[in-house]
Amino acid sequence: MGFTNEQLERYSRHIILKEVGIRGQKKLLQSKVLIIGTGGLGAPAAMFLAAAGVGTIGLVDFDVVELSNLQRQIIHLTKDVGKHKVESAKETIAEMNPDVNTVVYREWVNSSNITDIIKDKDYDFIIDGTDNFPAKFLINDACVLLNKPFSHAGIIRFQGQTMTYVPGKGPCYRCIFRNPPPPDAVPTCKQAGVIGVMGGVIGTIQATEAIKYILGTGDLLNGYLLTYDALNMEFRKIKLSHNGNCEICGENPVITELIDYQQVQCRTN
Amino acid sequence: MTIKANGKEVSLKERVSVRELLDIQKVEMPEYVTVQVNDDIIPRESFETTFLEDGDVVEFLYFMGGGSGVWVLQMSSLKGIQGILS
Repeated sequence: MGFTNEQLERYSRHIILKEVGIRGQKKLLQSKVLIIGTGGLGAPAAMFLAAAGVGTIGLVDFDVVELSNLQRQIIHLTKDVGKHKVESAKETIAEMNPDVNTVVYREWVNSSNITDIIKDKDYDFIIDGTDNFPAKFLINDACVLLNKPFSHAGIIRFQGQTMTYVPGKGPCYRCIFRNPPPPDAVPTCKQAGVIGVMGGVIGTIQATEAIKYILGTGDLLNGYLLTYDALNMEFRKIKLSHNGNCEICGENPVITELIDYQQVQCRTN
Repeated sequence: MTIKANGKEVSLKERVSVRELLDIQKVEMPEYVTVQVNDDIIPRESFETTFLEDGDVVEFLYFMGGGSGVWVLQMSSLKGIQGILS
């Protein structure tokens, strides 16, 4: 695969990096990343991966753009309100970088479709940009069962967290967070809300992990949970261990099939 | 004795359990917290029977979903906000 003059110019700031170079940029253009959720986390992740020249970007979301999304979901514009998020995101990516082939899946992930979606283009890396625990456990379990690396992230209020799973190299999400929060642990709505920039910071770190994984350079967040508290402006990198008794990636796994957990609803007073 | 909780030193007058430490540290919604002591994740059902030792490194790892979805602001509370704004 040769580069056009336009591509040499577009990716010049990558190509001059010794960790990327022509070879690395070629890897990025040939790579395939699946982003599940095109909201606060998925929007910035998708935009930076598109700008970086990741050749195939898969987007999964069933949602429609709402006005209240625009405070943080920067891939969607005011004119996109009412559109399906995957279509709106695909249009933005097309305007950003014509090198990118965007594949859209207008659905919610569940136990019966996630394997087919990941296998559809045999994605190299998966980004969890979802906002709920059933989806987070489903993505973890599917990636463990399919031997796929993925980036987990969560954001709330002024806080964010992210970790990376690499098959056979450290803990999975379930090693740490064994099961979804108990159904009786219903949060109250005082916990609601998120500062718009949080998805930008954490989603961009997720994109960074995907890029580094594809390039095979640097150290990833496998075996660590990175937490960010924007109020104290504090990052912490917490070391985590693989759990030998993990129900899905431990020595004697008991979870061999995907599970559809029930969503815990917010209690309003 | 002294332990480290979320990177900060905490002095304790007596031995406490993980459950008691959650109270001392005023951890919000303890049902949403995974507790790691040194390298081990403490099963939720052992919070009351696991006691901390001098020098232990404790991390509270929070379940974090997203800013919307589970945590949806209902229209009723939005109306409240509009009342404040107008």
